[in-house]
Amino acid sequence: MIDLRENYLSKHTIRSWLLTIDHKRIGLLYLFTILIFFLIAAVAAGLMRLELLTPQGDLLLPETYNKMFTIHGVLMVWFFLIPSIPTVLGNFVLPLVLGARDVAFPKLNLLSWYLFILGGSFALYGVFAGGVDTGWTFYTPLSTTYANGHVMTMAAGVFIAGFSSILTGLNFIVTTHKMRAPGLTWMRLPLFVWALYATSLIMVLATPVLAITLLLMTVERFWGVGIFNPALGGDPLLFQHLFWFYSHPAVYIMILPGMGVVSELITCFSRKKVFGYSFIAFSSMAIAVLGFVVWGHHMFSTGQSAYAGMVFSFLSFLVSVPSAIKVFNWTATLYKGEITFSTPMLYALGFIGLFTLGGLTGLFLATLAADIHLTDTYFVVAHFHYVMVGGMVLAFMGGLHYWWPKITGRLYPEKAGQLAAMITFVGFNLTFFPQFLLGYLGMPRRYHAYPEEFQIFNVLSTAGASILAVGYLLPVVYLLWSLKNGQRAGENPWAATGLEWTTPSPPPEHNFDQTPVVTRPPYDYAYQSTFHPREVEQTLENV
Amino acid sequence: MSDATAIAATDPATGNARAPGDAVARADAYPHEHQFDNLAQQTDAARLGMWLFLATEVLFFGGLFGAYTAYRYVYYHAFAEASRELSVLFGTLDTAVLLTSSLTMALAVFTAQSTADSPAARRRSGRTIALLLLATAALGAGFLVLHGFEYYEDYQEHHFPGRTFFFPGAESGQVELFFIIYFCLTGLHSLHVLIGVVLLAVMAALSWKGRYYGGYHNPIEISGLYWHFVDMVWVFLFPLLYLIAPR
Repeated sequence: MIDLRENYLSKHTIRSWLLTIDHKRIGLLYLFTILIFFLIAAVAAGLMRLELLTPQGDLLLPETYNKMFTIHGVLMVWFFLIPSIPTVLGNFVLPLVLGARDVAFPKLNLLSWYLFILGGSFALYGVFAGGVDTGWTFYTPLSTTYANGHVMTMAAGVFIAGFSSILTGLNFIVTTHKMRAPGLTWMRLPLFVWALYATSLIMVLATPVLAITLLLMTVERFWGVGIFNPALGGDPLLFQHLFWFYSHPAVYIMILPGMGVVSELITCFSRKKVFGYSFIAFSSMAIAVLGFVVWGHHMFSTGQSAYAGMVFSFLSFLVSVPSAIKVFNWTATLYKGEITFSTPMLYALGFIGLFTLGGLTGLFLATLAADIHLTDTYFVVAHFHYVMVGGMVLAFMGGLHYWWPKITGRLYPEKAGQLAAMITFVGFNLTFFPQFLLGYLGMPRRYHAYPEEFQIFNVLSTAGASILAVGYLLPVVYLLWSLKNGQRAGENPWAATGLEWTTPSPPPEHNFDQTPVVTRPPYDYAYQSTFHPREVEQTLENV
Repeated sequence: MSDATAIAATDPATGNARAPGDAVARADAYPHEHQFDNLAQQTDAARLGMWLFLATEVLFFGGLFGAYTAYRYVYYHAFAEASRELSVLFGTLDTAVLLTSSLTMALAVFTAQSTADSPAARRRSGRTIALLLLATAALGAGFLVLHGFEYYEDYQEHHFPGRTFFFPGAESGQVELFFIIYFCLTGLHSLHVLIGVVLLAVMAALSWKGRYYGGYHNPIEISGLYWHFVDMVWVFLFPLLYLIAPR
């Protein structure tokens, strides 16, 4: 099945990349960009873990430590996690799975990448010109009155990147509504599309509130007026309300696309129709909607009214219902499936376990009384890393491996992939599980020094971080290797359903020679298997 | 693209073959962008895109309206005092000018929609559309000028927040809070008006030679959506900022 015809990668000039309006190329531009941010943010995290190896503050100054966790947070949240799956895999895959030639607004798509670059440049300037020490949350009045450093530059970067996010979301929603192939009804959409759709709704509706919040913060800092400063009549809680009105839904921007990817992986490598399609689809929408009404659970210990706290606590518990629906449905899909433990599947199974742990510990934090004890401790840090890293990063890696043959036309070396997936899983757990214990024992977050009794867990965590680093670096090596040396993938190496697998790998510039027509329900693996009964095994044996 | 004709023969929504010569096929005579199957799909996509953009804008202004609501609830009296400092005369003029501009905008859309597809009719109403759009842009510019005078007056009366701000009495800080929100809201709104004025001027230039008619008028229509949105925001701003206190 070697296909040497022209494809979307055929042109090689720099101009053909920088002025491309092809969604597939824009996806790759994003991939390259966010990996740079990931690297910088990961180095910041590495320095923090090294500092925490010993109880004394001996490697970094306290101010430097503050800058490190701010850099880590800002870059990871806005310049890696939020764009990760939507802009890379979403951009690449969405028009393909819809049977479309491109997204609805290709130029807008390129504009959003340039806005991302512009915002990213501001943020990087802020990082290298001296850093910011406010934490990624920019809480007032710290950020407006007391913080030194490049608060405004950093806020400008986030502000601009926000518009990139809005435009991507807008593009995806219109694409999903208007660009579906004939016969591709809503209930035949891959679950990844449902997840992207829910994510896009949040991007479009929540991000502008962050923009206005940062704008008000800038006004306060620049003019020295007191919008959020209690000394001047303002209310710092208003900042927190506005900030979390965006940032809690943004947490779901950082997990919903991962859930979508995992739905694809679990079905493909169980070779079974997904269990409870409509429940998984609508649970994505439910998470998106509920995400808008739970922001107050970030403020349980700030003096917000106890009644508001109770309502927010209750609503936060509700989020666990659609989340659990997903986990149960994935598990039920596995039941009696023909499971192959290929790399994407290993990442997906890792996701289910780690997300479940991350989600369940979220319930501890949504409980008012428990939160008073656990708030601002390492328990919180461990909780959201289980969701953000154990969830989203694993799903991103799984999805990247899954669609890698489609993106590059080459297979990655399977054994190396499986090894990396397992190293990542072990390293991740060793890094973050001890932090649950640390938090439970009362170690607060954001300190560069700590009492000696916490050292053993910190040593474990730092050791885990170094293993995790190996788990991240290994794929970089073999994926780059596979670009030249990987086996040619053919149209459909996984014998997967979905329109993206009906076009050559890599796809031609216009995706499909003929607009595909969809006549079957999604994930019809029973039907698919009658045509490709052994293709999966063959692929695996070849590597 | 070689397959363009084959694709245009089926409807993307239903998969049904299209009868040649129906409304959609005729609309296809007008060029559409490569990612779409036909002009109808492009029109639908652009319209939905603009509505979504406006949804974003609602939330963008919504954050500020939220801040306004919170502080007006807490500092009820100070907000009333501050509101009395604004000129209702200016506010009324602003409102009249903007609402009139929405009329000319709607007339431009209506003219484009009802223009027949003949060279003479398109040329004739091309000019009408362009003039109506220019009138809309001019009214928008008039609004900005009025606001400029208003800002100047506020500045002279020491109502601009920051170092030069002065308001007698104990509630000075809270009155200043009102003025911060007032300047943020009206400033952002004026920025939107400015963008709209530029947009409409461009659209007027495009319309002059009869580009838009009954079969293809979507750019005018979605520019209109934007302009009416900007107008709607002012409809909320005027009472909330100028009319909250009896004088």
